[in-house]
Amino acid sequence: MQTFFIVAILVLGFLITFQIAKTSEYVSVLRGEEKSRRQSNNINAFLLLAFLIIGLFGVYYCNETLKDKILYVSASVEGENIDTMMWITTALTGFVFIITQIALFWFAFKYRESDKRTAYYFPHHSTLEVIWTVIPAVTLTVMIGFGLYYWFKITGEAPKNAMVVEVTGSQFQWDFRYPGKDKILGKKYYKNINAATNNPLGQVWDDPANHDDIHTTGEVHIVVNKPVKFIIGAKDVIHDVGLVHFRQKMDAVPGTPTTMWFTPKYTTKQMKEITGNPDFVYEISCDQMCGKGHWSMRGVVIVETQEEFDTWMFSQKPQYYVAFPDKDPSNPAFKPDSTSAGSAAVSVGNNQAKTRQ
Amino acid sequence: MDAMHANPEVVTTHDVQHDGHHEHHQSFITKYIFSQDHKTIGKQFLITGMIWAIIGGLFSVLFRLQLGFPGESFPILETVFGKTWAPGGTIKPEFYYALITMHGTILVFFVLTAGLSGTFANLLIPLQIGARDMASPFLNMLSYWFFFLASVVMMSSLFIQTGPAAGGWTVYPPLSALHDASIGSELGMDLWIISIALFVISTLMGGLNYISTVLNLRTKGMSMTRLPLTIWAVFFTAMVGVLAFPVLLSGLILLFFDRNLGTSFYLSDIVVNGQIMPNEGGNAILFQHLFWFLGHPEVYIVILPTMGIVSEVISINSRKPIFGYIAMIGSLFAITTLSFLVWAHHMFVSGMNPLLGSFFVLLTLLIAVPSAIKTFNWLTTLWRGNIRFTPAMLFSIGFVSLFISGGLTGIYLGNSTLDIQLHDTMFSIAHFHLVMGVAAFFGMFSGLYHWFPKMFGRYMNPTLGYIHFWVTLIGAYLIFWPMHYEGLAGMPRRYLDKSPWVSFNQFGDLDRMISIVAIIVFAIQLMFVFNFFYSIFKGRKVTTLNPWKANTLEWTTPIKPGHGNWPGEIPEVHRWAYDYSKDGRDFIPQTEPVGANEKIEH
Repeated sequence: MQTFFIVAILVLGFLITFQIAKTSEYVSVLRGEEKSRRQSNNINAFLLLAFLIIGLFGVYYCNETLKDKILYVSASVEGENIDTMMWITTALTGFVFIITQIALFWFAFKYRESDKRTAYYFPHHSTLEVIWTVIPAVTLTVMIGFGLYYWFKITGEAPKNAMVVEVTGSQFQWDFRYPGKDKILGKKYYKNINAATNNPLGQVWDDPANHDDIHTTGEVHIVVNKPVKFIIGAKDVIHDVGLVHFRQKMDAVPGTPTTMWFTPKYTTKQMKEITGNPDFVYEISCDQMCGKGHWSMRGVVIVETQEEFDTWMFSQKPQYYVAFPDKDPSNPAFKPDSTSAGSAAVSVGNNQAKTRQ
Repeated sequence: MDAMHANPEVVTTHDVQHDGHHEHHQSFITKYIFSQDHKTIGKQFLITGMIWAIIGGLFSVLFRLQLGFPGESFPILETVFGKTWAPGGTIKPEFYYALITMHGTILVFFVLTAGLSGTFANLLIPLQIGARDMASPFLNMLSYWFFFLASVVMMSSLFIQTGPAAGGWTVYPPLSALHDASIGSELGMDLWIISIALFVISTLMGGLNYISTVLNLRTKGMSMTRLPLTIWAVFFTAMVGVLAFPVLLSGLILLFFDRNLGTSFYLSDIVVNGQIMPNEGGNAILFQHLFWFLGHPEVYIVILPTMGIVSEVISINSRKPIFGYIAMIGSLFAITTLSFLVWAHHMFVSGMNPLLGSFFVLLTLLIAVPSAIKTFNWLTTLWRGNIRFTPAMLFSIGFVSLFISGGLTGIYLGNSTLDIQLHDTMFSIAHFHLVMGVAAFFGMFSGLYHWFPKMFGRYMNPTLGYIHFWVTLIGAYLIFWPMHYEGLAGMPRRYLDKSPWVSFNQFGDLDRMISIVAIIVFAIQLMFVFNFFYSIFKGRKVTTLNPWKANTLEWTTPIKPGHGNWPGEIPEVHRWAYDYSKDGRDFIPQTEPVGANEKIEH
């Protein structure tokens, strides 16, 4: 019923508008078309001027209303470069925006048709044209220069001491893998992926480097002020690791690994204070269309101190033990076996057992 | 409008039909359906494009309902779309993604490529260069009918059980290649590929025809540097289309093979829904290169014709020559060339080599220079003019405003450093909707209001035109200006509900406002459509040959030109198209010989 009324009102409003428009056409014929054309010419000229003034005020108002809802400080060292670049670009384009929009609407208003004026025959002017070719070219060169300087800083090689985490996207979740004590991520082969045998990432168990690799889902822990390098992949379709607070973004492509690195500046706890939002968390958003759950493909990054991280890491169990509970030294059913892979696992397991004591 | 109608020549349409040079007896079918008259084909493209625009626009209203009012129920949606797609009156995610995909596909390809180029290239090329028809009227007719077939196939995909393609208008594999990855990757995706293949054929036939007509069929005296900028614009547009569309077609053929024949061009190491795929060795990023090799030139295919229209309309209504005619052609050429060298700026964060990315930054920001030249030249054309605000002129001024606003944000996105932050956020949605969505529509509206008298021998109602302009301009800014802020906050595009997110849920009120404005703006477009069709039959009649007092050749034809355009000889051209307010004369048509002491531009 409500819908019916809305449609009825719209149709009625439209009919009234149409009748007025139609009548105005007849009236203009009666009153002399030229006169009413001049009149509507002036009305539109004034409206253009009004649009300019109200529009510029609107731009200011919009900024005042929304500026506190956009990003807080960059939560990564590298992201500060992006923020600087953003300010440079906003200053330059903002200046051009205001000048050109004022020129456009002011000219339109000022030079509205009048009997007192004849238009000025002005087909070209070489100096002017050179000026507004050269100035944009120089300005853009400056912006390209700044942009590429930061771009290479951000996309360059990760520092040697960077912590490595593997990120894997799949419809519609994020999986993470830490290399464990040996600092080597074990080999993977996608055909080994099998949720039923607790091998969600397709780790090759014959590779001993895999035996201490830690796997988590949905949540990744990293250390404040320590560079972290993500090695990014996907299982099914293209996803994208979007880290808005760290100013980072990189596609996750099946079959083609990609990387990103950054240095987090604030722990999650500090960021809660900076933003004044007790519910704040760093989120990973999927920024590449990946299917019906794309909008809900959310991950969480927890930035913490080294001690907090170590405590958390200590509580994690390698995926190898999840897949093979009988190889887990902390499991009562633990049976040491004699294969080489097994012994490596045992030695890691023993180490862990020792540290735990 | 007495002043405009002061010309004494009144030619009735009746005479024309018998005196037409190429006039021959035509049945209804050969005259209106399988017509080979470029003017009729232009109208066919236009009306098909308008139908698509209404559908595509309606889709945006539907997903704006979801975005503005997530979780709310609109029972009418269930009534119309059934329980599968809108159970309880809320839009299912699958439906949402089908809607955005079709919105993009329809508007970019069917409306702003076929509807725009198809209309104005067909209508204006023969009329403005002084030709009786296209170089190959038959190919021209086929071009429309391939577009029609493409439309039928795409339309049919809306009605199949699994729905249309739903992987975004860019149809990136593997999502679009794997039947199991999404319901939109079932039959709907095959139909999408077939439809676009037919569409590419249509574009090629049209484009080759436009190019050869402009090069070969210009009337006596019409040198290339005397062509109106509209012709230069559609000429370059056709070249871009002819060179870029085949690459998309090849990319889509490989995608079709991957989907249905088990090849691995784009697929490697994939496990979807727990099912291990045998494909190894393909590269998903290859498709992105092939797609954007068309995809970026495509946005220039959309905007170049409207740049031509706007140049023409601004010059005529300012009663001044377009400023820097040669620079305008030069910048069109520069844009055409550079448009092929910037495609990978869509892929800065795809994992592409950063060094390669840096070249695309350079070339992308370079393309801002010809765009800036064009803008400054339009501004200078207005300067010291004597401006008439016809609805066409207002839409052209609106075009320049939107082009500035949307163009400047391109400088953000083209800079790879900022693109890391802004890529695939609402910022890029705001950017391209302003600069090539709404701006292109403004150019198209401008052209329609301006050439409607030539197309149908009647005027559109100007009051409705003014209302249409003001509501659309204000609405466009209300919708897309604040959207930049959502993008600056990092809000990803293609998210149907932001409430589960801590980072993006602060814009609920804004989204609601945008949705309400979008619905109003859509309603006003329906009013335009009504004005259009009403005016075809009931609009005020054109009584003079040259209602806008323009210089170009189309206004030397009879009010309702028959097939062949000029009843007698084709007029000879003696000057460029922009002698307005020269030597104390309001306008000097191109057909007027140069006076003894006159200095001429071209």
